[in-house]
Amino acid sequence: MTLWTKLRPYGMVAPAIIVFSLFFIYPIFYMIYLSMFDWNFVSPTKTFVGLQNFRDLLAEEDFRKVLSNTTIYTVLTVTLTTGLALLLALWLNKKSLFHGFVQGAIFSPHIISLVSISLLWSWLMDPEYGLLNWVIGLAGFDKLQWLSHPSTALVSLVMVAVWKGLGYNALVFIAGLQSIPADIYEAASLDRSKPWTTFTKLILPMLSPTIFFLVIINMIGSFQVFETIAIMTQGGPINSTNTLVYYIYEYGFRFFKIGYASAAGVILLVIVGILTIIYFKLLSNRVHYR
Amino acid sequence: MAKIELRNISKKFKDDTVIQNLNLTIKDGSFTVLVGPSGCGKSTTLRMVAGLEQQSGGDIWIDDKCVNDTPPGLRDVAMVFQNYALYPTMSVRGNIEFGLKNRGVAKADRDKLVKDISEIVGLAPYLDKKPQSLSGGQRQRVALARAMVKQPKVFILDEPLSNLDAKLRGQMRTELIQLHKRLGTTFVYVTHDQVEAMSMGDEIVVMNKGVIQQADSPMKLYNDPENLFTAEFIGTPAMNTMNMKDVQGLDIQTSVSIGFMGFRPEQALLNAGPEARGHVIEGEIVTRESLGAEQIYQIRARGGVFFVKTFLAPLETADRVKVTIPYEHLFYFGLGGERLRSGIEAGARQLVAAGGV
Repeated sequence: MTLWTKLRPYGMVAPAIIVFSLFFIYPIFYMIYLSMFDWNFVSPTKTFVGLQNFRDLLAEEDFRKVLSNTTIYTVLTVTLTTGLALLLALWLNKKSLFHGFVQGAIFSPHIISLVSISLLWSWLMDPEYGLLNWVIGLAGFDKLQWLSHPSTALVSLVMVAVWKGLGYNALVFIAGLQSIPADIYEAASLDRSKPWTTFTKLILPMLSPTIFFLVIINMIGSFQVFETIAIMTQGGPINSTNTLVYYIYEYGFRFFKIGYASAAGVILLVIVGILTIIYFKLLSNRVHYR
Repeated sequence: MAKIELRNISKKFKDDTVIQNLNLTIKDGSFTVLVGPSGCGKSTTLRMVAGLEQQSGGDIWIDDKCVNDTPPGLRDVAMVFQNYALYPTMSVRGNIEFGLKNRGVAKADRDKLVKDISEIVGLAPYLDKKPQSLSGGQRQRVALARAMVKQPKVFILDEPLSNLDAKLRGQMRTELIQLHKRLGTTFVYVTHDQVEAMSMGDEIVVMNKGVIQQADSPMKLYNDPENLFTAEFIGTPAMNTMNMKDVQGLDIQTSVSIGFMGFRPEQALLNAGPEARGHVIEGEIVTRESLGAEQIYQIRARGGVFFVKTFLAPLETADRVKVTIPYEHLFYFGLGGERLRSGIEAGARQLVAAGGV
């Protein structure tokens, strides 16, 4: 074996490794390093404070509120998106012009930039002149404050996220449903299986890899929600929509407390890491039937 | 046990008529094989019997009940699918007892039935495994067990052996024949493979383009084909047929017009002596397949290419051969391919016939 044949594989993977290290590995470790300092981004001196940033964070009332906001937002978004998408997919899993059109229509929000969507929904949800309140008014109900009231703001954001994610989720579900061979349904019908039994005993278990994939993708996405909040609410009113990533952004790039923001980043990293580990454990132990 | 009757069945897919006015009676307790080239409508027919496909017209009767509007599960029919269609998320036991659970069979009875069936098909050690960890043959057995456990009136098998390798296929073939004997239930079996059809069926329905060509016992099909299609479909190799225009040296006394002449490869004699009376074709051997006990020669003559099969004879090495087909083994078909059975007298054409009748 010549030196060249030994080195060649490393040469081949080098570009990927370099990019990955530079933009993923290095920032992660630098963030962990920064989380133990007090620094404002510009001053030449960084003060080492150890775990003080973490202690401050966990003692902070706002941070606990942010964590609970993020959790509520994530749980609502994930369950609603996945659940509704599954129902939609079951309905759309037919080949007709109409079904194709509906599928295209609900998918379209997925390709629109989040910034446009956020602006659009800000108008729709305007308490005075918004379309939503106009419709509610026509129906004879009281107007809602949507984004302007602490009790409805977070749910309004969930609504936007579900609206945006529904089409993509439904599409993945439809693909999952179509990968179930038709003769399975036929065998079930010959076995006198009722529709509900077929759904719970056959379709749902066979879709479980798809469900888990979507749940984890949606969860990680929701935990990192940022654009809609930055544009529509800026974390308000009264911190009711402030979430983890927006919190990190504010402390890092508005208050320039980079050490403190990094500590919050580390906590986000840990949460997402735990979710991913749970996901792969479940996937390998339970849902991987193939 | 049940008799199945198809009356004036037709099936259209959109504007495409696949089957028109099909009439067929499947005898009670028979092993009926529907055979034909792909796209001939045999699977569609089968699926209509099972209720997985709704016929566009006509009636289907199972025993004395018209099942046109009976859903598949209530027809008392069990089916084995080509790809087995096992439930991948259930264990072998789960697969077998799913139908029983849906019928509300009590747990104790279920366990007993599953145990009995799994012993019959040799699956007892695998009951708690998932189908994907089983081999092709074992999956096939699960599919069979799942069908058998419901004790249906009719078994429907849609090309169940086509995914198995040749050796296993032969083995499963005999097992299915034994199974049929043992259960005595009506079996309806679909295949495109005439060897499978001939070896398994006691009643064979040859189909082409949605039309039944002939429904008969295997030997009847072989010895007495009704038309050119059946003749050319059955046999290994199938019957040699020639356009009458290309046949030379055959003197035929008949009042009907003959379109085609045919003979079985195994009834032709290679380089027979002068005492053999029959139609003689001279040709050149193109290929030789020697399978041990039998040899198959492909021979090119002026009238076209045909096959000759010999048994337990030494391999013919000469390039040019004389093939003799006894007159009584010649088959004749009309211009439309229908079999001509009577009124045909054949003999060698007299070369010195100048000034004859």
